[in-house]
Amino acid sequence: MAKLSLEDLKKIKEQTAKNTYLRDGDANVKITVHMGTCGIAAGAREVMNALMEEMAAADRQDIRVVASGCRGMCNSEPNVTVEILDGETTVYQHMDADKMRQVFKRHALLGEVQTDFALAKR
Amino acid sequence: MRELSLHILDIAENGITAGADCIHILVEEARTTDRLIIKITDNGQGMPTEKIKKLTAPFVSSLTTRRVGLGLALLAAAAERCDGRLTVKTGTGTGTEVGATFRYNHIDRAPMGDMASTITTLIIGNPQIDFVYTHIIDGEEFTLDTRELKAEMGNLSLTKPVVIYHLTASIRNSLGKLIAKNGQ
Repeated sequence: MAKLSLEDLKKIKEQTAKNTYLRDGDANVKITVHMGTCGIAAGAREVMNALMEEMAAADRQDIRVVASGCRGMCNSEPNVTVEILDGETTVYQHMDADKMRQVFKRHALLGEVQTDFALAKR
Repeated sequence: MRELSLHILDIAENGITAGADCIHILVEEARTTDRLIIKITDNGQGMPTEKIKKLTAPFVSSLTTRRVGLGLALLAAAAERCDGRLTVKTGTGTGTEVGATFRYNHIDRAPMGDMASTITTLIIGNPQIDFVYTHIIDGEEFTLDTRELKAEMGNLSLTKPVVIYHLTASIRNSLGKLIAKNGQ
């Protein structure tokens, strides 16, 4: 029976040990990818994959990623919500991997809301 | 849905919404007997039995936040057009087991798709929940148990993007070996 081998795990551990922090800082930015049936069918998983790649590259400890369910706006899926601590919350619509990369780099990292992709803010 | 792995992601998210803390995902590809079985079991709150009959009707949801649901209906349709069927075992407080069968070589069967992404997407989005993923191809088995992974990783969180990145590659690699071993 094949398992995820211990060697694989050790490799992962070694590769990640160098940029590990013992205690996670508080999150200043929270990115929510909405993953209801509608979101998944529209491509939310690819959006999440792209986001993870960007997160790995940026190595920022203060950004938190979560998945949530359908928010009742299925026609604008995949939706992504970016919340800045003590700041605005922006909902993005019709996201794909490339738009996600742009939103991550410009909004999450630099604080520039990408109004072209935005659906609403509060 | 374009891939069966997306259905799996969807049904697993249902289980999480139902308050499960551990979700078992089983995929069995038996190419010699032309069957494909998918089973997703959660230990959430389950659903009242009178709901089962209506479950695969489109636009039925057990949630109170909205009134429609399509996930199970889509999976049922996907299975039935491949000479398979959907089974749901549930009851209030007993968790839910969703099973779907397919004829493996049926022309309408959607491809399995990217299971590695499905599993890691579940892990990233739901760090507090455990997943046990078993994938069997012609009797050869691959398993991943996040409880074991968490124990092995110690204080290194599984949801760290770098860990997820390597985990995805590692699952993909292992599944690739399973397929290659049995010569497709």
